[in-house]
Amino acid sequence: MTTNKFYNAIFAAGITLILACLMIGVKLDTSGTQLAVKGATTAQWTWIGGGIAIVFLSQLFTNQIDALFRMIPKPSISTMLPEEKKMATLKPWLIAGAIVIMVIWPFMVSRGSVDLATLTLIYIMLGLGLNIVVGLAGLLDLGFVAFYAVGAYTYALLSQYFGLSFWVCLPISAGMAALFGFVLGFPVLRLRGDYLAIVTLGFGEIIRILLNNWTEVTGGPSGISGIAKPTLFGLEFTRKAKGGEDAMTFHEYFNLDYSSSYKVIFLYLIAILLVCFVIYVINRLMRMPIGRAWEALREDEIACRSLGLNRTAIKLSAFTLGASTAGFAGAFFSARQGFISPESFIFIESAIILAIVVLGGMGSQYGIILAAIVMTILPELAREFSEYRMLLFGLLMVLMMRWRPDGLIPTKRPHLELKQQ
Amino acid sequence: MSQLLLDVNGLTMRFGGLVAVNGVNLKVKNRQIVSVIGPNGAGKTTVFNCLSGFYIPTEGSVMLKNKQIAGLKDYQISRKGLVRTFQHVRLFQKMTVIENMLVAQHRHLNTNLISGLFKTPNYRRLEQEAMDHAVHWLKEVDLLEFANREAGNLSYGQQRRLEIARCMVTQPELLMLDEPAAGLNPNETKQLDELIIKLRDEHEISILLIEHDMSLVMGISDHIYVIAQGTPLANGTADEIKNNPDVIKAYLGEE
Repeated sequence: MTTNKFYNAIFAAGITLILACLMIGVKLDTSGTQLAVKGATTAQWTWIGGGIAIVFLSQLFTNQIDALFRMIPKPSISTMLPEEKKMATLKPWLIAGAIVIMVIWPFMVSRGSVDLATLTLIYIMLGLGLNIVVGLAGLLDLGFVAFYAVGAYTYALLSQYFGLSFWVCLPISAGMAALFGFVLGFPVLRLRGDYLAIVTLGFGEIIRILLNNWTEVTGGPSGISGIAKPTLFGLEFTRKAKGGEDAMTFHEYFNLDYSSSYKVIFLYLIAILLVCFVIYVINRLMRMPIGRAWEALREDEIACRSLGLNRTAIKLSAFTLGASTAGFAGAFFSARQGFISPESFIFIESAIILAIVVLGGMGSQYGIILAAIVMTILPELAREFSEYRMLLFGLLMVLMMRWRPDGLIPTKRPHLELKQQ
Repeated sequence: MSQLLLDVNGLTMRFGGLVAVNGVNLKVKNRQIVSVIGPNGAGKTTVFNCLSGFYIPTEGSVMLKNKQIAGLKDYQISRKGLVRTFQHVRLFQKMTVIENMLVAQHRHLNTNLISGLFKTPNYRRLEQEAMDHAVHWLKEVDLLEFANREAGNLSYGQQRRLEIARCMVTQPELLMLDEPAAGLNPNETKQLDELIIKLRDEHEISILLIEHDMSLVMGISDHIYVIAQGTPLANGTADEIKNNPDVIKAYLGEE
């Protein structure tokens, strides 16, 4: 047993050595016009040595380390919150308070943080959307970013070719994404598990490649730029109004000095609005017959069929609703960025959204919100580690899954309770 | 009074070269308990799967109330009033007992997204009706006190009863039970016995039963079909079957 462990540890350390040498130890650098291979500095070599030692020791003493982890008390959410009855009366106030703080907050902090918060909100929307498909209905979707792309391009194209405004396009984008979800879902939903995952993965790539190659319409790899920003009842947030003679800008109308942060805050507030809307809808869905049917289908498909539930329709509704949420997020994303290209919709985005759902705890809304915050803010905070950023990110995920395999906040489904009669 | 509810003629199911069910005929009248018995691997469950639409029979006709149902999808068949349970209990383990009962009534509820989002009066009324209906059936099977428990935490006997109750809320006319007494203790089997008779007498439905527990089968069946190796062997009342030399031979082997 111990010798086995020892060999295992040696093996892991060896792998680390090889990987570290390839990835960190050797670097390509431009010197003048030529590429030169550069070795790592002594400081880096010490770090690599340290890393290898850590891997070796942690593999050798896995049992002890696990025991140590178990000794750390897991913060249990239920003990931190007041009891259920109190919670029921407190909850509306807590939610109202949270919303008020969220609305006031951007006026006090820097533009950069508000911008980052907006991005986080987009990921929250995407996470919540994928949660319907993966967490509630139990269908593994690896190509979720495709629906995000459909939403984004729908708005971008409609705005560019037909000059439609953001508010008109928002439902259209959601509808288009839903349509794509429906069209894809129809043939593939008879597949299960791994097979479905692969088909959706393929679909995600198809959409990206299509956007890349259909140059006449989508602009190909160079994307679409100059997408109109959302307006507040026709008021623009630019320095000078673009839309015709009687168009006014926000600061002119309210007699304010122009500041670019108005736009950022406005976008943030729209994102808050959208997220609240999505959370409300999904919350209702989970308590509705359709939500119950999703869960039931995930639990036991055969039993569902025997009870007269049409599984295709139920799965399709999950797929379609999840996709429409992504379409929502996509339309907002392209409005915020003002520029989109297929580069924004690569597979890694799908993986990040899926990671948010898994990290947060499948099916758990609070967990997903928390995970989305962690997943977008951490890479920003880790910016000073520059090239080791992703390494750190990966390490964090490994630790997370070891420590809380059920996700940050494991699901506590809103169980329907029978009132005492 | 005793109309023909289910009429199966020449039901055959082939899997490639293997004939699992060969020319089985079944008749179930209104308010009748009909049993299908046979040695292990005789094809009883395959017959059930064909009737409930999980398999599409290779040949033969299945008439429910004089309408052909062979070839329909499983969920369509169960909506026509033919609902089954499973040999191994299939509950929604992580959901509460009452939720299990509500999922079964899915198609009777208002599943319109908009009305659900805004909780329209119609939505609330249907939801409440479904709740009342579920409570009624939980009472019938004596599970009301466990309504808010997770289904997976119930004892095996309770899970069996919940599965039957879950079928009953779909308002079937023919209930097919696949080995409902498997894994039950004698006391629970007796309760089940009473429940099945109650379903026939008070709720006026027919029951098609697969069972190995002969005392249960012989005690409650109005008619018994025997299947051996996929082919019909005999049928008749309990007494006729008990004394049929072919049946005895199939079960006990030849001298």
